[in-house]
Amino acid sequence: MQTTVSQTSPPEKSILYDPKVRGAFYQVLLVLIVGYLFYMAASNAVENLQRAKIASGFGFLNNTAGFDISQTLISFSAAGSTYGDAFIVGLLNTLLVSAIGIVLATFLGFTVGIARLSKNWMVAKVAMVYVELLRNIPLLLQLLFWYIAVLGPLPQPRDSIGMGAGFFLNSRGLFMPRPLYASDAWVMGAALVIGIVGTIIFRTWAKKQQESTGRQYPLGLVTIGLVLGLPILAWLALAVVGANPISFEMPQKGTFNLRGGMQILPEFVALLVGLVTYTAAFIAEVVRAGILAVSKGQTEAAGSLGLRPGQTLRLVVVPQAMRVIIPPLTSQYLNLTKNSSLAVAIGYPDLVQVFMGTVLNQTGQAIEVVVITMGVYLTISLVTSFVMNIYNRRVAIVER
Amino acid sequence: MKKAIVSIAFGLTACLVATGASAQATLNSVKQKGYLTCGSNTGLAGFGVPDAQGTWTGLDVEFCRAMSAAIFDDPTKVRFIPLAAKDRFTALQSGEVDVLSRNSTATMSRDTQLGLDFPAINYFDGQGFMVRKKLGVSSAKELNGASICTQQGTTTELNLADYFRANNMKYEVVAFATSDETFKAYDAGRCDAFTTDASGLYSERLRASAPDDHIVLPEIISKEPLGPAVRHGDNQWGDIVRWTHYAMLNAEEFGVTKANVEQMKGSDNPEIKRLLGTEGKYGEAIGLTNDWALRIIKQVGNYGESFERNVGEGSKLKIKRGQNALWTKGGLQYGIPIR
Repeated sequence: MQTTVSQTSPPEKSILYDPKVRGAFYQVLLVLIVGYLFYMAASNAVENLQRAKIASGFGFLNNTAGFDISQTLISFSAAGSTYGDAFIVGLLNTLLVSAIGIVLATFLGFTVGIARLSKNWMVAKVAMVYVELLRNIPLLLQLLFWYIAVLGPLPQPRDSIGMGAGFFLNSRGLFMPRPLYASDAWVMGAALVIGIVGTIIFRTWAKKQQESTGRQYPLGLVTIGLVLGLPILAWLALAVVGANPISFEMPQKGTFNLRGGMQILPEFVALLVGLVTYTAAFIAEVVRAGILAVSKGQTEAAGSLGLRPGQTLRLVVVPQAMRVIIPPLTSQYLNLTKNSSLAVAIGYPDLVQVFMGTVLNQTGQAIEVVVITMGVYLTISLVTSFVMNIYNRRVAIVER
Repeated sequence: MKKAIVSIAFGLTACLVATGASAQATLNSVKQKGYLTCGSNTGLAGFGVPDAQGTWTGLDVEFCRAMSAAIFDDPTKVRFIPLAAKDRFTALQSGEVDVLSRNSTATMSRDTQLGLDFPAINYFDGQGFMVRKKLGVSSAKELNGASICTQQGTTTELNLADYFRANNMKYEVVAFATSDETFKAYDAGRCDAFTTDASGLYSERLRASAPDDHIVLPEIISKEPLGPAVRHGDNQWGDIVRWTHYAMLNAEEFGVTKANVEQMKGSDNPEIKRLLGTEGKYGEAIGLTNDWALRIIKQVGNYGESFERNVGEGSKLKIKRGQNALWTKGGLQYGIPIR
């Protein structure tokens, strides 16, 4: 008797049916198709631009601009500056309004958010009305409101409102004295630096003291004293010896407008106020949500340890709330930066207004200009996110 | 506005990506569509503005109507697309409009770098300034230190910088995206002066809250030859634009008007015969019918009629012919002979 044991090895599976191979195949295929489409689009665009005799390439950035811009943080003139300089001017103006806007919106947002949770009925309701009103009206309308309805009716330059101490307000903006630094002003600068360094050292020392002994020091007073007091002392000292380190150039009445001094454009103010009040409404809600996410037991525990309500908020509730607040807060920062491009509606020379408006039109190089502008907003947003993510990691719950 | 320009830019990309060799085909595509798309001003009285019934009127608008009459024997087969200064050339490049008839200045860079052609000049203009009377300014040379409102992406913006630099004067420029925003800001007192082409100054002044409070300063600081623009490369289409304008000029020169054009068909003057297509095959040579000019004059009128009706004595603007008079009357408008 012979039994044939048929050794049936598992059937040879075709490579076609290997899920891994198939998966890889389709992914590679997709990448190739997408890559090919991009390539086709780019080469077609280049070819057609050439056929239509439309200039292309990034060489235009070195051409003379030939136009002026109302607010420039770097020196800019129609004759001596290039489109590349105009790009930088626009970028800096965008960064300026975004940076100041983010700081102010954070302060205002936290204040309103905390106020909404106040036990004082009046304060809570005012905060609620603020939030509901501001976040439910389109930002563009708010900007136009600030620009046309609030700043528009300000008096003409010849009837400027004097606010004392060389401050004037009119329809061309806010005018203020410009500080002129004499050669010996460095003493005051040095005093300021010493003050700041001193504050940091003092704070570190005070923290250690408190951790080891429990004793608390008046941090706020000392900080103000060092940062503000030292330079003022330096100034007084210089004044005593007869030197005059800082003088002020006052705005004077000119033919059309005030001359000299510093000027803040109404376009800037309208954009800044609009962005800050609008974004603060959203930040307030984020903050409120964050605080409510901290369990009530924490507040009670803090109270039983003898912390006052202010301290409870500052030392116990807000630090824990930050974990919930940071991620959505980052989104609000990004929104504020991107929304600053609405400047175009009220004539503030931000990146979009200067670069996508004037430069695009004068050069006609739409594709290049749009690509650069998109790249800039993408970069700003990614950098902001990156920084906020680092901060988020620091405040996140440490699992033990 | 940002959205508009982004979408136009994408449209441009998409169009450049998609369309192949369509350079010669504007006339065919217009005939196929059955209408002409014409880029017009968003609202400039006398040049391109919708009236109370929503019908577009103005010198530039009538130019498109004349083209429509020449192509379709019907002046109404035009769709007007209002364009802000800073979007207009992109819209033309991307094919969104077939012709841009929107008081645009012909310059060398626009001709050579933007891929455009300016086949004809239908209005010779120059840049001027408007100020409030109560400022007591009587010359542009007195504007040192003034705030000046202007529209972005225009030759105006560039001339302004040149003029103040050449005269060693300082100024603060406040630039807005649309002519509407620009003039509103000036009217609200944001600027001491408003600058644009002189024709535009008279037109915008009508919109001021108190038109009589403003004066136009005498200086003209630039040459602004305004005319319709087309895409570079489609010569047939460029010819149609050019000859539409010259037909209207020649008609005025020979005294052919909307009213007498049918009688004029019987004229013995060989110039008129060639113009009206009773002699020669000039219309067919530009891809149209031989009565192309007859259609234009019958349905729109000659250049002088269109001028008087829209910006001249027959309009609110009351602009003198000046440089825009025929060459026979001391102006610059000179119709090239049809022969």
